[in-house]
Amino acid sequence: MKVSYNWLSESLDLSAVSPEDLAEQITLTGIEVDSVSEPAKELKQIVVGNVLTADRMEDSDHLNITTVDVGEEDPVQIVCGAPNVKAGQKVVVALPGARLANGMKIKKSKLRGVISNGMICSLDELGFSDSVIPKHSEDGIYVLPQDAETGADALPYLGLDDAFIELDITPNRADALSMRGVAFEAGAILSQTPKFTGVNLNEETSDSIENYINVSVENTDDNSVYKMRVIKDLVVTESPLWLQRKLMHAGIRPIDAVVDVTNYIMLEYGQPLHAFDYDTLDSKDILVRRAKGSETLVTLDGQKRELNQDNLVITNGRVPVALAGVMGGENTHVTAHTKTVALESAVFESSLIRKTAQSLNLRSESSSRFEKGLNRETVQQALDHAAALIASLGNGQVVSGTAQIESEQPVYQKVTTSADKINRSLGTDMTVHDLESIFDRLGFESSVTTELVEVTVPPRRWDITIEADIIEEVARIHGYHKLPSTLPHSESVPGELTYAQKITRYTRHFMESCGLGQAISYALTTTEKAKAFAYSGKEPVELDWPMSEEHKALRQSLVSGLLDNVQYNVARQSKNVSLFEIGRVFNQTDSTLPSETTHVAGVMTGALVENSWQESHVEVDYFAVKGIIDEWFDTLGVREAITFVPVKDYSEMHPGRTAKVFWNEQLIGMVGQLHPSMAKERDLNETVLFEIDMEPFINNEHDTIKFKSIPKYPGTSRDLAFVVEETVLHEEIIKVMHASGGNWLKSVRLFDLYQGENIEDGKKSLAYSLSYLNPDATLKEEEVTKDFEQVKLALTEQFGADIR
Amino acid sequence: MGIEEQLTTVLAKAVIETNAAESVKELEAIRVSYLGKKGEITSVLKGVKDIDPKERPIIGKKANEVRDELTALLSHKKERLEKEALERQLENETIDVTLPGKQVSKGQTHVLTQIMEDIEDLFLGMGYQIIEGNEVESDYYNFERVNLPQNHPARDMQDTFYITPDVLLRTHTSPIQARTLESHDFSKGPLKMISPGKVYRRDTDDATHSHQFHQIEGMVIAENITMADLKGTLELLAKKMFGEDREIRLRPSYFPFTEPSVEVDVSCFKCGGKGCNVCKGTGWIEILGAGMTHPNVLEMSGVDSSKYSGFAFGLGPDRIAMLKYGVDDIRNFYLNDQRFLQQFKRKG
Ligand SMILES: [Zn+2]
Repeated sequence: MKVSYNWLSESLDLSAVSPEDLAEQITLTGIEVDSVSEPAKELKQIVVGNVLTADRMEDSDHLNITTVDVGEEDPVQIVCGAPNVKAGQKVVVALPGARLANGMKIKKSKLRGVISNGMICSLDELGFSDSVIPKHSEDGIYVLPQDAETGADALPYLGLDDAFIELDITPNRADALSMRGVAFEAGAILSQTPKFTGVNLNEETSDSIENYINVSVENTDDNSVYKMRVIKDLVVTESPLWLQRKLMHAGIRPIDAVVDVTNYIMLEYGQPLHAFDYDTLDSKDILVRRAKGSETLVTLDGQKRELNQDNLVITNGRVPVALAGVMGGENTHVTAHTKTVALESAVFESSLIRKTAQSLNLRSESSSRFEKGLNRETVQQALDHAAALIASLGNGQVVSGTAQIESEQPVYQKVTTSADKINRSLGTDMTVHDLESIFDRLGFESSVTTELVEVTVPPRRWDITIEADIIEEVARIHGYHKLPSTLPHSESVPGELTYAQKITRYTRHFMESCGLGQAISYALTTTEKAKAFAYSGKEPVELDWPMSEEHKALRQSLVSGLLDNVQYNVARQSKNVSLFEIGRVFNQTDSTLPSETTHVAGVMTGALVENSWQESHVEVDYFAVKGIIDEWFDTLGVREAITFVPVKDYSEMHPGRTAKVFWNEQLIGMVGQLHPSMAKERDLNETVLFEIDMEPFINNEHDTIKFKSIPKYPGTSRDLAFVVEETVLHEEIIKVMHASGGNWLKSVRLFDLYQGENIEDGKKSLAYSLSYLNPDATLKEEEVTKDFEQVKLALTEQFGADIR
Repeated sequence: MGIEEQLTTVLAKAVIETNAAESVKELEAIRVSYLGKKGEITSVLKGVKDIDPKERPIIGKKANEVRDELTALLSHKKERLEKEALERQLENETIDVTLPGKQVSKGQTHVLTQIMEDIEDLFLGMGYQIIEGNEVESDYYNFERVNLPQNHPARDMQDTFYITPDVLLRTHTSPIQARTLESHDFSKGPLKMISPGKVYRRDTDDATHSHQFHQIEGMVIAENITMADLKGTLELLAKKMFGEDREIRLRPSYFPFTEPSVEVDVSCFKCGGKGCNVCKGTGWIEILGAGMTHPNVLEMSGVDSSKYSGFAFGLGPDRIAMLKYGVDDIRNFYLNDQRFLQQFKRKG
């Protein structure tokens, strides 16, 4: 809502407050101000001119040479390209030295050798938007009324000496979608009661509305109030300048005096009106009802609309003539030939208007006001005011009486609270007197005692219905800057991260310390990417109405997005990329909501160590990521319960370098190398990755660690080298060693792996160091030897190991 | 030549050799050649048994003196040589201490996580719990339970990604408040919570809009919670995020789930309030929305709104990070360009 400061001054004394100050106060007490503009600050040297002569320039098909009286001794010569310039017009002249909108400067100039001492202005050049300029002035200059004073400052005529405060109105403050609403709001701020000039309605008593209109409403739930007046013997003309400029500055294009009045009244009262050409209604019966499935209506914009049960229509008793609250019909709208106007002022059910406006994509100033609510108290007043104005501008007469259905009366809502409750809610210590004066400023009747505060809210503030609303009114008028600052005082409960949150944070720190940077990717991706690397085989959760294929489905894995990130970086010359992400993945379930599981995933490509003056290049490989998750599992205390199982059938992964990861019997993820052909597709070198479901670890709180005393006796170790088939897995060997190694075998470490010369094809040579320890005594050589021999035996028996 | 003279001559020769020696190894050879089993001095001493017994004590004494003198000389020289050798070695081992060290790689925390954890830690310190909820929610919890029924005009304010007519990607973290309110046992104390997480809006991605972003909402519900408590809490938050000198101001606004509702501005951290490009000349920057929890929200969760009241606030870590670090395109947070991410590596 764009509020004119001058218009507001019609009901309030603003002499002591500048537009900026007023805007600041409005912002701080109620409604956000988007901007304050003062066109006169940009426009200079613009005066009213009287066109004395206007002659087409020789050799030109559009330029005119004019002489214009601008109130100086001698008229000035101005070359003007507008097609509509004529002698005898009063026009807006920018003199040499003038500044126009957008900073354009006017200088003496020559056009085709002819001197031009200024410019005759169009509205566009004065800063008006194309969408508000009257159609007849769109391609030319704007013509002022004949009584404009030659040589005078032209800005007041066009309302450009005004200031405009653009309000950003939240849905609860639709009362401020009208000048009167804003006047009450500004009045409360300035401690003034706005004064509105009354309506002088002279009804033509010899003619009565019954002769013209009979109103009925099918369902008063849809349409609680419907009122209609008739104005007859009209001549439809252009609106006077004062009306045109008010509309233009409010962002509405002037059309003709009838339509302009309906818009003006809507701006003044917030009450949308609709004017019908009475003769085209072809009926005395106005029936408001739901549309039928088969009905259509050609609306004002020339579009044929298919109607249905959800649309409320105004009918002439037979067929729809308007979409209630949204748009009029083409066949019944006011034209230059209209003699009699039927003027509607009504209250339509907001959700119904909203649905219709939405489904037909017809949002307008009117429909949005019906949607957000109306002041029930001024439905009749707005109608009367409009009727009087239309009659006076068109030399017509208002037929006496209003045809109406009025199923409800405006409500003066009583809301009760107490001073104590208000002060306890706000942390203030306002007195009964303080409260009374706030309600006075708001224009609310109130009875205030310490125990009971009873406020009567006028219908113009239909947003206020409960105690909390009253508290808000008090708070904002009192001023939020006056509220004290305190902290909640309640018994202190320690704030603490949950176990899951601690493990999640720990995992982030851990991954970072391993050299991986934290990424945050989009959860919404393409269907294909959502499914990649997930192996669930299920279809991903998809949006009902996505904005693009790019963000359509919820991810089932994190790695998919991380790979995109890695690719993005590599394509930008970052060859070494290590990223991890902790986030949710989504899967369909049998219940309404999908499952959400927290995963951790990482992707690495490029160098682990870069060539430097003393270190030589090391490329990332499978074991780089395997080492990271091994250690992570270890620090989570679950290393023993984790197994890695080779897997060949993940199409995105290298079939010889990928493992499924199990926690006990449960599959929780995978680790491996990206399939070389996938890597090539993405222009990546060897790329390794992992993705692990964190749920088992964040949801299983561990027992406390039990300290084991530091061994007092020395341990001993034995090395064991042997050759086995290359398919025998390290983890299997370790298992066998532990199973056969006796009580004192504490740990096993692989220190060599060799294949190649001197080793038969298909076999590998392994060397392990086995550490023995008896915490309670010094181990005897013979004991260790005996146990060690058992390990050798087991390896030979189970794997055919050839001990070296 | 008498033995005594022999000894003197040998000693003199030994002294010359010792002084000329340049290495520990040479010294050892000298020692062996004079004092070893077959050494010259040892040989001389072996000849003592052949001389006149009367002279033996004198010769014996002289011989011992010569041996001791040479031994001392050798040991002294050895010490000196070793010291010199060490000095040479250290000299040789000298390196350019300004050369780069060995590579250690440390990944950086995402800038949004840094912002969120800072805020989480502030509130943990004030006794709040961190409660996370689902990113996919029901329409009921996301809208109805926070006082946004079907056809409420404010539903226009948030465009929503629906999965089914009843299931959606949450547009704010408020459904967590509703869910926590209905499960919280007020007999065990007040409810003080913050809920950080991802949220989604049906927006076209551009420099200032993202279909995915983050939110942190906070809520305190207890007996006798005032709007002044809200103001005090937010003041603390603003100072924590933007510096000790910051002030806040509350402006009336509208959110369906709070009444009264306010927008909260922080005094501009760049210009201090004089007006600049960051604050668009106003001296103030809008950073969050807040208010007193609407009684309908409490009642719908089964909380007696005549007994309990409280406040709620919500802020966007993405916006905070953009303001704080001058990031001009929100998409940077989700592209994960290392050149972007690594700029926030510094701690403190
Ligand atoms: Zn600033």
